[in-house]
Amino acid sequence: MIRFILIQNRAGKTRLAKWYMQFDDDEKQKLIEEVHAVVTVRDAKHTNFVEVWDQLVSYALSVLFPQFRNFKIIYRRYAGLYFCICVDVTDNNLAYLEGIHNFVEVLNEYFHNVCELDLVFNFYKVYTVVDEMFLAGEIRETSQTKVLKQLLMLQSLE
Amino acid sequence: MPAVSKGDGMRGLAVFISDIRNCKSKEAEIKRINKELANIRSKFKGDKALDGYSKKKYVCKLLFIFLLGHDIDFGHMEAVNLLSSNKYTEKQIGYLFISVLVNSNSELIRLINNAIKNDLSSRNPTFMCLALHCIANVGSREMAEAFASEIPRILVAGDTMDSVKQSAALCLLRLYKTSPDLVLMGEWTSRVVHLLNDQHMGVVTAAISLITCLSQKNPDEFKTCVSLAVSRLSRIVSSASTDLQDYTYYFVPAPWLSCKLLRLLQCYPPPEDGAVKGRLVECLETILNKAQEPPKSKKVQHSNAKNAILFEAISLIIHYDSEPNLLVRACNQLGQFLQHRETNLRYLALESMCTLASSEFSHEAVKTHIETVINALKTERDVSVRQRAADLLYAMCDRSNAKQIVAEMLSYLETADYSIREEMVLKVAILAEKYAVDYSWYVDTILNLIRIAGDYVSEEVWYRVIQIVINRDDVQGYAAKTVFEALQAPACHENMVKVGGYILGEFGNLIAGDPRSSPLVQFNLLHSKFHLCSVPTRALLLSAYIKFINLFPETKATIQEVLRCDSQIRNSDVELQQRAVEYLKLSSIASTDVLATVLEEMPPFPERESSILAKLKKKKGPGAVSVTELEDNKREGGELNGGGDRGPDTAAMAASNASTPSPSADLLGIRSAAPVGAPPASTGSLLVDVFSEAGPAAPSAAVNDDGFLSSAPPSEDPAPPLSEADELLNKFVCKNNGVLFENQLLQIGIKSEYRQNLGRMYLFYGNKTSVQFASFTTTVSCPGDLQSHILFVPLCSETKPSNRITQWKAITSSLSP
Repeated sequence: MIRFILIQNRAGKTRLAKWYMQFDDDEKQKLIEEVHAVVTVRDAKHTNFVEVWDQLVSYALSVLFPQFRNFKIIYRRYAGLYFCICVDVTDNNLAYLEGIHNFVEVLNEYFHNVCELDLVFNFYKVYTVVDEMFLAGEIRETSQTKVLKQLLMLQSLE
Repeated sequence: MPAVSKGDGMRGLAVFISDIRNCKSKEAEIKRINKELANIRSKFKGDKALDGYSKKKYVCKLLFIFLLGHDIDFGHMEAVNLLSSNKYTEKQIGYLFISVLVNSNSELIRLINNAIKNDLSSRNPTFMCLALHCIANVGSREMAEAFASEIPRILVAGDTMDSVKQSAALCLLRLYKTSPDLVLMGEWTSRVVHLLNDQHMGVVTAAISLITCLSQKNPDEFKTCVSLAVSRLSRIVSSASTDLQDYTYYFVPAPWLSCKLLRLLQCYPPPEDGAVKGRLVECLETILNKAQEPPKSKKVQHSNAKNAILFEAISLIIHYDSEPNLLVRACNQLGQFLQHRETNLRYLALESMCTLASSEFSHEAVKTHIETVINALKTERDVSVRQRAADLLYAMCDRSNAKQIVAEMLSYLETADYSIREEMVLKVAILAEKYAVDYSWYVDTILNLIRIAGDYVSEEVWYRVIQIVINRDDVQGYAAKTVFEALQAPACHENMVKVGGYILGEFGNLIAGDPRSSPLVQFNLLHSKFHLCSVPTRALLLSAYIKFINLFPETKATIQEVLRCDSQIRNSDVELQQRAVEYLKLSSIASTDVLATVLEEMPPFPERESSILAKLKKKKGPGAVSVTELEDNKREGGELNGGGDRGPDTAAMAASNASTPSPSADLLGIRSAAPVGAPPASTGSLLVDVFSEAGPAAPSAAVNDDGFLSSAPPSEDPAPPLSEADELLNKFVCKNNGVLFENQLLQIGIKSEYRQNLGRMYLFYGNKTSVQFASFTTTVSCPGDLQSHILFVPLCSETKPSNRITQWKAITSSLSP
């Protein structure tokens, strides 16, 4: 299952944080910082997956959060934004990697060539998009057509 | 500014956000926020009732401020009020606020639940979804209590809209995970399973996650899902590209749904029904075939989606482990990926092949890729990919390639990332021991390990090499020689000194004939490292010195002089001081016979599970499967060596708690750690047996071909020679505490305190078996007159099986003058 979804920019500012598990506020903050630290040092020669065991930084994470030992982070960078999904180690990496891409394509369509500012000014709408496609830590809907149709319908409501 | 749609403007919000972004400093930002908070507070408290739009705007601002990282302690009431609006935009903000800022105020909870209830029964699908999403996002106990019975009804009702069903399914999943006791599936089971046949693929996508979770907890009740899943999968996989319009992603039909179906099937064994099984095998073959076909698109999304299905299918094939043809095909496909230009695929292929290596059908096929994997180990630039390669080498290791693999892993270790070194060391140690045909190779390997990664060589590893050297006569001389040479290196890791000290202490005589390694040379070599070592190592070295005195009487004078100097006998560390003083005395007063008996060569250790394996399991976590253990289980119907499934193995855990012999405990050679797990005979005879066996059992020295596994039961020994029993008792002349008696079933310890005319003795009885003693009683007999002076009080009796002492009975006695 998905543990959390994060959209961060290169500077580490969080543009979206969706949690599917219980964390305290300071735990959330620590996680956000750790994910940022791990993900921003990686480049094209690395995989799009970070298993918590491997990285030295993530070793600290696994010590701080023992329940975190069986997780991995699947991420992709789109311009200045990192889209990260934290899932169980047994989950399918490529499926979630494309899940991210599917989500980004929907955002792109919905906001007409989405940029970071769209996510800032319409933050409350981004949650709606997320909830259409992911819920309770699982993938809810994958058809871009259906999701966009629903979003446009909601957009027209008062 | 991005386009803002009609009716949902919230211009004030946009302005506020702009203001914040334009703040030049943190202080300015805080100032602006505080200003806004004050504004909102006054509006909320104001006389005029706010209209929906304003309320929505302010609640949204509060939410924004919270997401920036500032605490918000008001606004919940207003957010809850928004829930009862009949406008979607207002409801949405209300629900969003309470989902993000979860509040445990019971009054608020009651109001929220009420609002949700109204929305759920509103028959408006948009509102129902909002409510369901809120429950799924918050998932509190109170919500579960209120709605757990309602949601299944919504899920399976005929008139529920598709989108609502999707949300209901996942909402129910959340409630089931957080409050499983409140979600009773009984009457809904078959209807939920039937959702797999729904014509709306989104509903199937959502429902399948619910069904997968439920199946894992109640496999029998949900097993009808298997055939439905197979037919669904079959229809998707064989569909033409024009079907499934909405669900085709870059020319791949329903990739996520296919993956989920394959994942669901991994909760069950292969289908028994021949037709179903046939269809499934056909499916899997189609998937494997498609991987070989030229791609329909050059985009990476296409290949990722296709490969996502492929990897999941391979997981299923591995899980079934029953179709040799499929397993070999999977292995070949993965083999191709090993050299793909995309790092992701190489990584996943290495990972997947690791599990394939443990299957007997594909083990040989996996081995054919050894050169590619070794190359990956050396050349991959992402450390996690290198690590997977190392894991795969470990998994594919067997007798035929052990030497090569261990050599490669050792050379990798020289430059490996620090975070993975300890795990690598454990793995190399395990492989070296498991596949050693020639134990001198094993000794070389471990010593190399110490040389390359000494800091990460844990105690279990070097204890093990010593155990093995002691147990195998044929390698003792070689070990002594090799260790001697290794110690000559100018910079020598402390673990090497420990191993060297111990081995030379035991077997230095085997190389003493050569003038280059004469006794004095050996001693000087060890002593040259002495001052560089930590206290425990120095303690070990001191013991080695007294052993030298025994082995090489000609060194007695030299060594005694060392022991005699102030830095030893007046050392600030108590242990070192005690050893120096006692060894010095021992060497002076003991006759050569007594000295020889006291410092007799270490007897062979009993065979039991390697604590290294237990430590590796602990490191990797209970979820990880060690494939060599799977192998062992298949070959030996394994008992001790780790479970064949993914759960933690209690025997392994228990064995890992067994005391590994520490040099100091067994130094005097009186008894070695007795083996674990000998079940006692009936309780009546137990008492008799315990007291008739006066000495420790001789451990079996049988080491079977595969190394550390042995099912030979420990044999029983006749009573030891009297001198040993005397020694056991004699030590109480100067010691108040210690072990009075020990055999493989029982250990009796004494702890005593004396003050003037009063004395108190506690007797501790330790149960060393893995079963409980029943009706355990003790008697103490006192000779003659003593009886009248002694008071016996049983303090506590508890019988528990354990490898540690948990049972004790205290006897108090006092002697009057």
